[in-house]
Amino acid sequence: MMNSNPSTPMNAHAPSSISGGNGSPDSNTPRRNSKRPKYSRFTQQELPACKPILTPKWVISAFMLVTIVFIPIGLTSLIASNDVIEIVDRYDNACITGTKSQKVQYIQNATTDKTCTRTLTVKKRMKQPIYVYYQLDNFYQNHRRYVKSRSDKQLRNRGDENATSTCKPEYEANGMSIVPCGLVAWSLFNDTYAFSTSGNRSLTINKREISWKSDRDEKFGSDVFPKNFQNSSFIGGGTLNPSIPLNQQEDLIVWMRTAALPTFRKLYGKIEQDIEAGEKITVVLENRYNTYSFSGKKKLVLSTTSWLGGKNNFIGIAYLAVGGLCFLLATTFTVIYFVKPRHLGDPNYLSWNRNPGGH
Amino acid sequence: MAKGGGTKAAKLIRSSLYTLANIRVKPSYKKSEARIEEISGYPRVILVNQPATLPDQDSSPPLFCTNYVSTTKYTLFNFLPIALFEQFNRVANFYFLVAAGLTFTDYAPFDWPSQVVPLALVVGFSLAKELYEDLQRHWQDMTANCQKAAVHSPSGDFEQKQWREVCVGDIVKVKKDEFFPADLLLLQSSYEDGISYVETMNLDGETNLKVKRALQDLNFSVPVDDDKATHFQDFRPTIRCENPNSNLYTFTGNLEYDGNIYPLDPAQLLLRDSKLRNTEYVYGVVVFTGNDTKVMQNTTQSPSKRSKIELQMDKIIYLLFGLLIFISIVSASGFAYFVRNLVPLWWYLIPEVPGEDFDINNFLISGLRHLVTALMLYGYLVPISLYVSIEAVKILQARFINNDLQLYDDVTGVPANARTSNLNEQLGQVDTILSDKTGTLTCNQMDFLKCSIAGCPYGKRLSEVELAAAKQINAQLESEAESADGSLTDTASLEAITITDDGNSNNNKKGAIKGFSFQDDRLQKGNWTKEPNADVILLFFRILAVCHTAIPEVSEKTGELTYEAESPDEGAFLVAAREFGFQFIKRTQNSVVVLERLSKDQEPVEKEYTILTLLDFTSKRKRMSVILRDETGQLLMFCKGADTIIFDRLASDGKMYLESTTKNLNDYGEAGLRTLALAYKKLSESEYSEWHEKFHNAKISSGSNREELMEDLSDVMERGLTLVGATAVEDKLQSGVPECIDRLALAGLKIWVLTGDKMETAINIGFSCSLLRQGMKQICIVVSAEMLAEAAKDVIKENILSQITTGLDSIKNKKEPHAAFALIIDGKTLTYALEDDMKFKFLNLAVNCASVICCRVSPKQKALVVRLVKEGTRRTTLGIGDGANDVGMIKEADIGIGISGVEGMQAVMASDFSIAQFRFLERLLIVHGHWCYKRISKMICYFFYKNITLALTLFYFEAETGFSGQMHYDDWYMLLYNVFLTSCPVLALGVLEKDICAEFCLQFPALYQQGPKNLFFDWYRIIGWLANGVYASFVIYLVNLRIFSPESFRKEGQTADMYVIGTAMFTSIIWVVNVQIFLVSHYLTRVQLHTIWGSIVVWYLIVYIYGMMPVQWSAGNIYHQLPEVLGPAYKFYLSTVFVTILCNMPYLIHISYQRCYNPEDHHILQEMKNMKKDVTDRKMWKREQVKATQETEIGLSARVDAKMRLMKGRTTRKYSSLAPNSS
Repeated sequence: MMNSNPSTPMNAHAPSSISGGNGSPDSNTPRRNSKRPKYSRFTQQELPACKPILTPKWVISAFMLVTIVFIPIGLTSLIASNDVIEIVDRYDNACITGTKSQKVQYIQNATTDKTCTRTLTVKKRMKQPIYVYYQLDNFYQNHRRYVKSRSDKQLRNRGDENATSTCKPEYEANGMSIVPCGLVAWSLFNDTYAFSTSGNRSLTINKREISWKSDRDEKFGSDVFPKNFQNSSFIGGGTLNPSIPLNQQEDLIVWMRTAALPTFRKLYGKIEQDIEAGEKITVVLENRYNTYSFSGKKKLVLSTTSWLGGKNNFIGIAYLAVGGLCFLLATTFTVIYFVKPRHLGDPNYLSWNRNPGGH
Repeated sequence: MAKGGGTKAAKLIRSSLYTLANIRVKPSYKKSEARIEEISGYPRVILVNQPATLPDQDSSPPLFCTNYVSTTKYTLFNFLPIALFEQFNRVANFYFLVAAGLTFTDYAPFDWPSQVVPLALVVGFSLAKELYEDLQRHWQDMTANCQKAAVHSPSGDFEQKQWREVCVGDIVKVKKDEFFPADLLLLQSSYEDGISYVETMNLDGETNLKVKRALQDLNFSVPVDDDKATHFQDFRPTIRCENPNSNLYTFTGNLEYDGNIYPLDPAQLLLRDSKLRNTEYVYGVVVFTGNDTKVMQNTTQSPSKRSKIELQMDKIIYLLFGLLIFISIVSASGFAYFVRNLVPLWWYLIPEVPGEDFDINNFLISGLRHLVTALMLYGYLVPISLYVSIEAVKILQARFINNDLQLYDDVTGVPANARTSNLNEQLGQVDTILSDKTGTLTCNQMDFLKCSIAGCPYGKRLSEVELAAAKQINAQLESEAESADGSLTDTASLEAITITDDGNSNNNKKGAIKGFSFQDDRLQKGNWTKEPNADVILLFFRILAVCHTAIPEVSEKTGELTYEAESPDEGAFLVAAREFGFQFIKRTQNSVVVLERLSKDQEPVEKEYTILTLLDFTSKRKRMSVILRDETGQLLMFCKGADTIIFDRLASDGKMYLESTTKNLNDYGEAGLRTLALAYKKLSESEYSEWHEKFHNAKISSGSNREELMEDLSDVMERGLTLVGATAVEDKLQSGVPECIDRLALAGLKIWVLTGDKMETAINIGFSCSLLRQGMKQICIVVSAEMLAEAAKDVIKENILSQITTGLDSIKNKKEPHAAFALIIDGKTLTYALEDDMKFKFLNLAVNCASVICCRVSPKQKALVVRLVKEGTRRTTLGIGDGANDVGMIKEADIGIGISGVEGMQAVMASDFSIAQFRFLERLLIVHGHWCYKRISKMICYFFYKNITLALTLFYFEAETGFSGQMHYDDWYMLLYNVFLTSCPVLALGVLEKDICAEFCLQFPALYQQGPKNLFFDWYRIIGWLANGVYASFVIYLVNLRIFSPESFRKEGQTADMYVIGTAMFTSIIWVVNVQIFLVSHYLTRVQLHTIWGSIVVWYLIVYIYGMMPVQWSAGNIYHQLPEVLGPAYKFYLSTVFVTILCNMPYLIHISYQRCYNPEDHHILQEMKNMKKDVTDRKMWKREQVKATQETEIGLSARVDAKMRLMKGRTTRKYSSLAPNSS
């Protein structure tokens, strides 16, 4: 609805008040003042602020700063990475030959002897501790069905051994709960390695403290023992000694930390002896784990570490590249700055000066 | 999202149904009464003084609604369903609701809290806001409903009852300064003659008092006891009247009592929510209660408007939904592929056991099931908190507008008020302003400036228009002199104008009488008796003093007389009459008392004029008359009205002064004054009584033709008049209006004036506001009255079309480069021009003209013009006005602004923003609008960026897991990301960001065009931001993976598991998006710095605290993660630093390059500000300010430019004699 109400002279509906004389009473002055907004720097949007302006000087300095910081970091990282001695040996193909189905048959046959011997040459002196890893390829430890299939509660607490609802499809065998349940534990990696040098010096592997301390202390119970494990119709990976509590089964603890990518390494143990350059290492391994059905690779990795961890050139190269790029940018900006300088606050760059009348 | 349109349409249909019901369906009255109703013609029958609840009687009265009033949107029971429904009407919210529901199933890639908690927070916030607003309304209702009213009881006493218990037919007593509890029919007042005064401020905002008259012929004994009214005990009349409707100013009905029928009219109706004033008490019958009252019938909800940015944002959300569906389909197909070809080989999953996730025998079903999972997983693409954040930001922005001291009017004490906060950013995008004239551009304060009596012009003071013209010419001469020696620039002269202008108006106002600026010694101080036509002058003054509907009011403090007049013109006339010695002092039911002082030394004489009949002013009649008997017994009719109307009604011997008066009137029109003609007529007793009888019969008759009949009779009476003279009052411009218009024009805004005034007045005001100027070609599209009356519609349209075409041609073929055009069109013509087949031609002409003035337009036409501009140009329109007649326009425009001035609250109630003065529009648009536009657009872009950055890393990772839907982040990270971790900096950005300080915004109006051109929220920018998000997600994902895997990531030889990489990646995201917002901001106050760095610190704290919680609470692999696993690893820090720098590099390069070598205007201005160039280089500063304008043909500056061009073109100088001589 609309009130038809055009403003015409003498408009009867035009609401207004005119007072004659000077009789506009000031009685409501205090009320009026109360509506006055209160002054504060915040409400008037006058808060002090820093207003960084990206002048060419700042831009060039910023890029130079990145260069100056990144190049040394890159170099140090590269050096650290180069100091790391890493030996990678893919053995899944070397230990068995034949077609895929032959390999699968071989690996699934529980009775055959799967021992395999490999010889690795150490080109540079490896200082202890030397970390031993196994690396799997094309193994989807990150698949949702796999990741979900575990019960942290059960691992932690003896009383919760029946808390297996999250462990499908590997939660019970012969009507009893499995401890540890779930696909992750069930598919435990079970290849083993034994090392000796060519000089017949045996290299003992320390398999203690290869997992996180908090895992051992809190997440895997000291009173939880494997039970009914690998008893179901499906046989998965490794078995566990039922007389050792879970918090001492460090292989399991490491395995249970699922990897992010289908290619991953996991710590197998530490060799706490130096190995001299030129020495040959003989590895006697039990090649039991089935990666043949899904064409996964298995690799044995011996590596020292630097302050940055294992051998990784990426960090160094990336830092150097970005540092270099920033140097390039800084130079470019400098060149442009000298070739075609723009004075700060130069009004000629205002849009109305650049294309007069064109707006 | 589509809700606005849908419900609106539904409402329309429902309301029209309701109207139909009112007209057609008979109320549930008893049959006998229905018969009476048919006879009387009035559907509503009220039995007075018979309590409505008389049970078990056959003739029980019809059911009327109770007096309980509820304005709430919800009730206790429907709050949750309705409010929730409204919330989930938004597509995004609905999606999240479905997603949250699905988290309880096995489809969900995460636990239920990560979806339910954010949704609950977001919806809970909105619900709390709705609830709070509705409770406020409810409390207001409750206070209103529980007020006490004195209701007559059968015993004759008055009982105190609550308002809600008052029933139709009750007699109530209302005392001075109390509000009426319902719509009452006035029966008796404390005055003998039944007059009472009411203030209707709550209703229509009018502050003046209105006279209400009781039925004169109903005689009651004057009550003795104050609280007893026994004489009402046997008073049982029947009232028949119209059905409830929303029209405040009409009411018809009959009162049947003792076999007599008395006609009722609006003068007897006391409306709910108005207040009794100046009257001790009144008695009234309740006619309408509760929702039937006029005030309730008038409450309409203003349509909800959405800003263009929000509409565009919806499109982005749809785009993101598209992306979401796309990657979900990719993910689902990938999953299906894996299930079919690869998963059967993965013995470690025991694939032969089908689970809830997949079944290798049926990869299609598995794929489809996974689609549901994926749709939930990538829901993070759509920012759940976006709506809430925007709402919160806008509320805060609105508070800034409300609290801006520079939008506060000291004179009236009214601050600006953002009534709806969801249009803030739209203020920065306005293209066309459609303005009302009276009360908006002008004060609606009338100053009696000149008059013409007996053909002789009086009054020497110049009007503002004349002054402005004189000043312009003066300034032009000055500036020419200055530019001759080249020392001063254009701005200097502009400033000079402004200064002189201020000086003048101050001088004028000092010591002046409000409403009276007349200055002429010939008439003042009693000198008029010496004038040749003294008798005519006497008559002139008497007409001024008697012919009106005003009420004198004695101020309690000063004892002075003030006048409560219905129109400001009348007030000015009465003040003028008083100054001339004819002081109107008293009005009774049927007389007017005037204190006349005929000469200077004579004592004033009190004269009483008996008013016999008063023929009211209506906008249709454009005149009012009184028929009176003076003290000598002579019957006279005084009439005043629009000149054309009066001239048509003059007697052949009454045209003595016609010619000279017409000439004077033309002069006044030229000077921008409002004119009225005054006339009188002598009547004989017989003539009058004969006419009066007819008139009375018409008045009491009922039926549809009553109005018509009365009009015809009035018309008969108001003929054969004798012209006395004419008045000229000045409609003062509001302060700062010309300057404001100038700045707005320089900022590139188009200004249209839509006014109900006549063409001459409108043109005059156009000149005084510099919307028009000399040398501008005026294209007037008018159809003559004769043609309108005689010609067929087709012919008229043909005629208008040809005028439009001619206008367009002349614009096309303009020879001078600076030729400017103005379009002036009147309401009648507009009716045709707005018809479908013509409106776009008309619009085409209008947008090509520098200024457009539509005069004589009805409120409806105002709204139609706004709609035409809005839909035809697809630009943002702003409607500004102050009166009830602007409501349609305000509601229709993209932004409606109400001036909370003298004309009441209706415009304000309908508006989106209210300001006290037109001039505040400049700051509201150019400063607040600009800021809000930039804030909101930056904020929305950033919001999408940060969500894309997060969501895509999920996608990449999922692809690496065989599309199985696994996440590498903990559920809680995801939950906190939108709600907590990244929300504060973006809120701070939306509230506090400023690219340019307020002062510069005003000094460089061209900057405003960034908004209307939508430079900061166009698709390039949006796509750029989305691309930036894609890039960042890519870098974050790849770099972190390469750094952390597969080899050991720390000296102790351990390798990283999925959650270590997840946390490292999430840390990178937090850094990247926070550094990004740091780069985005121009203006970093403490608040922003704290929120940005705070967010980062809080992230580390959360990871730490989360990891330190007892192991059963902390999700598996986060336990002790920061201190034990990630903290000691250097790679963790190296990756964060590297990713942060690399992700922000493209943006940094972009802004560095842009700023260094292709800067935008605000960049340069920031630098200038930084270098204090505005202080050190005044000359350059001034010069740039002048250049920083849009090309415009209106406004003061354009006027000066035009003058300068003219001067340059001229070889000889010609000094004008029209120099200002008033001050």
